Amino acid sequence: MSTAEVFPAFVSRKSFIELDGRERAQSLFDQNAWTELVGPFDRVESPWLPMQGIAPQADDGCIVIKGKIGGLSAVVVSLEGAFQGGSIGEVSGAKMTAALDLATKDSEAGKKTAAVLLLETGGVRLQEANLGLAAIAEVISSILALRQHAPVITVVAGTVGCFGGMSLAAGVSSYVVMTKEARLGLNGPEVIEQESGIDEFDASDRALIWAIHGGEQRVGMGEADALVEDDAEKIASTIREYVKAGPAFEHRSQQVKLYKDRIAALDTSQQIDPMSLRQEWSSNKNSGGAR
Amino acid sequence: MEQIEFDYPAANRHITKKAHVGVVGSGDMEVLMEPADGDGARVTITTSVNGFQDSWKAVFDRFFSKFDGAVKIQINDAGATPGSVLLRLEQAVEVIEQ
Repeated sequence: MSTAEVFPAFVSRKSFIELDGRERAQSLFDQNAWTELVGPFDRVESPWLPMQGIAPQADDGCIVIKGKIGGLSAVVVSLEGAFQGGSIGEVSGAKMTAALDLATKDSEAGKKTAAVLLLETGGVRLQEANLGLAAIAEVISSILALRQHAPVITVVAGTVGCFGGMSLAAGVSSYVVMTKEARLGLNGPEVIEQESGIDEFDASDRALIWAIHGGEQRVGMGEADALVEDDAEKIASTIREYVKAGPAFEHRSQQVKLYKDRIAALDTSQQIDPMSLRQEWSSNKNSGGAR
Repeated sequence: MEQIEFDYPAANRHITKKAHVGVVGSGDMEVLMEPADGDGARVTITTSVNGFQDSWKAVFDRFFSKFDGAVKIQINDAGATPGSVLLRLEQAVEVIEQ
């Protein structure tokens, strides 16, 4: 029996992960219902990278596209994971912040505009450290402003994942969508190993990494809302549902007491394993924006 | 990092479209191809790998031996091999000739 007969749908699907940043953004919109803003031919690129001997990219690895998703206004900001690890610099941060602020302005004026953030990023671009940190703060405050009016949907598809400062942006989003290939965490595996030693976290142990940071675990723990297969059409339809659903009833980042209580209740005298934590935390169906 | 420029005055066919292909990722590059401002084609390369001016020249000599469009080409390169460079250029031509 051929592979196609066993997994016909899986084999014939169009992978989302295999698309580049621009194609990912385009794939979410209704047909021919989008325009790219500040595209590569506008040549708004990082002035800091060439000074450090690194070739810049004409869109600074940040693609902003506005249009209609399921007939509703939306802006998609996509980070290109292949360029400098999708890192946030001065220009890419400013593009993301401006897109979110314009969506807030339109939403306040009565034209609700959702934002979709496709985050494939290691966080702040080290070559632009302070500007990158400032950009993260601006992005987060812009998300907080927009999410009251319209949904801010973060998608972490992989394979870079979403780490560092941008994981905070994911944390304050209305909804988080992940694939099981994706990873989401504040500190990446290498950083944890480097800071706390290999006994704390072995960054070469892929099973361990996905058991902690992986999409299945994050959704299972209620830290992300939807686990979607790596299929461009399934991801697009999940996004359409969230755009249609509107702002979250209660955001994850507002449930301070719930999370404080959960952490206080943990028994740290013994090693906590990812699976039991998932079972314990998933029992509360109120966690997360969409739940 | 190095900046390299080439001129190909013989490439004079009028072009109307723009193309952007590729990503500045390891072993890859991006190409911005658009109609030239004046006569002839002009190539501007920003590459993070130094010392390969002759290889770039060879790739573009070959490219412009077949292609005659008056285009302005800008390349941001993160170590693409000559083979990948030619493929990216052909991909960009495919977009503008569509």
